[in-house]
Amino acid sequence: MPVPFFLILAPLLAAIILLIFNNKQVRFLTVIVCATALFVGCFRLLLDTLANNIIYFKVESHIITQVMLLLEICLAVFLIYIGIKNRKFWIVTLAFLQTLAITIFELVYKHAIIVEHDIFIDKFSVIMALIVGVIGGLIGIYALGYMKDFHQHFRKEVKDNRNMFFFLIFVFLSAMFGVIFSNNLLWLYFFWEITTVCSFLLIGYKGNEESKNNSLKALKFNLIGGLAFAVGIIYLFVTNNIIELDKLMSMSKSLVLLPVLLISFAGLTKSAQLPFSGWLLGAMVAPTPVSALLHSTTMVKAGVYIIVRLAALLQGTTCGFMIALVGGITFLITTFLAVSQSDAKKVLAYSTIANLGLIVLCAGVGTYEAVWAAVLLIIFHAVAKCLLFLCVGVIEHKIHSRNIEDMSGLIVTMPKLSIMLQIGMSGMFLAPFGMLISKWAALQALVDYNPLLAMFVVFGSSATLFFWVKWIGRLLTVTNSDLNDHEEGITKTQWFPLISLSVLTVAMCGLFSVVAHFLIEPYIQEIYGTTITLSKGNLFIMSIMLMMVLLFPLSFFNYGKRVKVVDAYLCGANTPKGTSFYGSLGDIKAIQMKSYYLEKYFNEKKLLSVSFVVCILILIFAVISTFI
Amino acid sequence: MKTFIIILIYLIGAPLIGGVIAGLDRIISARMQSRVGPPILQPFYDVFKLLQKENLVVRRSQNFYIFYFFLLIIFTGALFFIGEDILLVIFALTLACIFFVLAGFKASSPYSFIGAQRELLQIMAYEPAVILVAIGMYMVTGSFVIKNIINSDKLLFLHLPGVFIAFIFILAIKFRKSPFDLSTSHHAHQEIVKGITTEFSGKALAMIEVGHWYENILVLGFVYLFFAKYPVLGVIVSLLAYIMVIFIDNCFARVKWQVLVVSAWIFALIFGVGNIMILHLFKN
Repeated sequence: MPVPFFLILAPLLAAIILLIFNNKQVRFLTVIVCATALFVGCFRLLLDTLANNIIYFKVESHIITQVMLLLEICLAVFLIYIGIKNRKFWIVTLAFLQTLAITIFELVYKHAIIVEHDIFIDKFSVIMALIVGVIGGLIGIYALGYMKDFHQHFRKEVKDNRNMFFFLIFVFLSAMFGVIFSNNLLWLYFFWEITTVCSFLLIGYKGNEESKNNSLKALKFNLIGGLAFAVGIIYLFVTNNIIELDKLMSMSKSLVLLPVLLISFAGLTKSAQLPFSGWLLGAMVAPTPVSALLHSTTMVKAGVYIIVRLAALLQGTTCGFMIALVGGITFLITTFLAVSQSDAKKVLAYSTIANLGLIVLCAGVGTYEAVWAAVLLIIFHAVAKCLLFLCVGVIEHKIHSRNIEDMSGLIVTMPKLSIMLQIGMSGMFLAPFGMLISKWAALQALVDYNPLLAMFVVFGSSATLFFWVKWIGRLLTVTNSDLNDHEEGITKTQWFPLISLSVLTVAMCGLFSVVAHFLIEPYIQEIYGTTITLSKGNLFIMSIMLMMVLLFPLSFFNYGKRVKVVDAYLCGANTPKGTSFYGSLGDIKAIQMKSYYLEKYFNEKKLLSVSFVVCILILIFAVISTFI
Repeated sequence: MKTFIIILIYLIGAPLIGGVIAGLDRIISARMQSRVGPPILQPFYDVFKLLQKENLVVRRSQNFYIFYFFLLIIFTGALFFIGEDILLVIFALTLACIFFVLAGFKASSPYSFIGAQRELLQIMAYEPAVILVAIGMYMVTGSFVIKNIINSDKLLFLHLPGVFIAFIFILAIKFRKSPFDLSTSHHAHQEIVKGITTEFSGKALAMIEVGHWYENILVLGFVYLFFAKYPVLGVIVSLLAYIMVIFIDNCFARVKWQVLVVSAWIFALIFGVGNIMILHLFKN
């Protein structure tokens, strides 16, 4: 069986097993076996593709297409039912319209649609497959231990639907592989909608009022994208008689601009760009594996994946420039918003949207340098962000809080986790780690194309630094109030993914030139005929920097010998206990150190309302530009 | 071989020159305030004295962050003077400054904590202007590599006056002078005691001091780049810029962080981005 089919079907089989058997050992075994199978499958795929360029597969697809159509109709009925039950008019309309359109389209044009290849693999597919397979597998393993703690914590409030949870996670993984490997746009659309439904059901897992509202919001926004996708596909076929991605990519830009814009629009909603960012923020109520898997590393990556695929068609067009602007504005504004948040998951969510905005900015520009940077950003962001979410998930269970201010002194109370958290955060913005390299590449690509677009990165990256270092600093500040070890009781199924991802984050800085050489550069070469190679001198310097940073933990060996430990300077009003002082009336006060959140200046309401209006206007202009 | 010699000259020469201009700074400030001022080598005497003092810490590992700041700032300067990629230099400088900030957080004292927060705000304020220098120079010379920028046949200042103004504006931040010395300052007029450096003493404080000398030489090197075509002019302008910062220091009181960040960004936006826009329009 060719590997792509294996990768789509294996998680599906695992999902069915996980749904039927609600037994702990069966669940454990199935997840581990499936995760291992995915790792192996993805590496096999890597080896296959290194030898060849692009591999295509044709499937005798009539039955499959009909089954897909049937499933889409069933899902639409389900969603319409949900919409009616919760009195959400938009959901009913959107689900109805898009399924009606696709059904009529497929029935009317049944014999006119000729598909040459349904499935394909090229080097970019391999990169995405590795991300989904490796990170998806690790999150699956993590979820085993996490959900056990989760249900212990929420014993009274949340019903234990773990079999449904794992079923949905693995169905989702299967659908993601489907999105990555589909050449047939109708198949892509089908898998895309499956991810929407999985996301909806998983966000609402807790079953309380807040989760239900947020899951419906996510559903609404993703359905808007789905409708645009459907209209785009139909328009594409009616005007150009093609329904395959590779054929679309070989068309001339002026003929296919509107469908490309519509499909990119679907990508924008899926990746929560402004003005659609609200659903991702709301999705943070879901359990951490959901946030890590869907809402930072894979599903939202499907959104930018499709835009990066279409980047060559967007290059040089007004439409592409408008999409780039949306990405740039999203990057800038959501970075500012991340500064003002103290809820750790919200910070991570805004940071995710910001990085996706950066990828969209590069994809909208569409030059070979920009796409190179975009692919690099996808890889590094997926690894580092996943690590961060998983860490925050474990920390939340142990200290019972998601607030950054409560993570004070974590370096002492949870040393291993805080180090992994710091690795993840450094991976997000610090030289010589991955995201910095990607941002550097993006900056250079943007300056070459249009320096004004680079200004988004210039101003945004300074704000990025602010909130990450503020958080790292919070972990390091110790005020002697709570020095107990909180790290007992973390299961091996949670440690393993955390340690693997930490190692991967660090290793990727060293290895990224290898990845770039074997995967990214050939892909760019295939599409554009020319590519970038990294300067060896810079690589060497960055390796030196990496080595220096990695040697930092050595400090713990020469741990403060020949120093005299004193209390912090408190103007001489120290009490014998180092962290409190005598107030003006002689009473004892504890010292308080609160970080700056600048809420007055980076106010969520104000910034979002202004940027929503701006981005909507830009998108309207983008549509108009396709007709000019 | 040549690289090795440059690095050696830099390693020894930069702190020597840095210390001397720090001494010059104190004398000029003193004369502006109708005082005599210390001997010109006073900063060196101070550093030697610090090396003999006791190492007091609040947390045992806090000094190691300072050591890393010291190491990385030397590394960054070395990268700059051997002519490497200017963006890499900027990123390495950021890495060094972040270790300095983390040291302030690690010290777990209210004053150093506020100092660290303010230091972060300062970094956020000056980053855009610094990156704009790199972008501007790339647009004019076609390369990010400092070796090529220096060997360019264009007087960069003529093409990048706006970027130059935006950069000069943030000089006061990098030199920790009024009105932008929010996180820590040399003198005893800091409302949060000594800010981020409150809890550091002895060898750590000496490293901070010498590290800042290296940093000052690096920043003056950036000013020099604008006039690299005429080396003597470059050196003169760098020194004049330094004296101007001292002059401004003696005229203005410290501002609040809001004024700092907003004004630095507005200067970067209007002068820096404006300059870049004009360059872009002319290129097309």
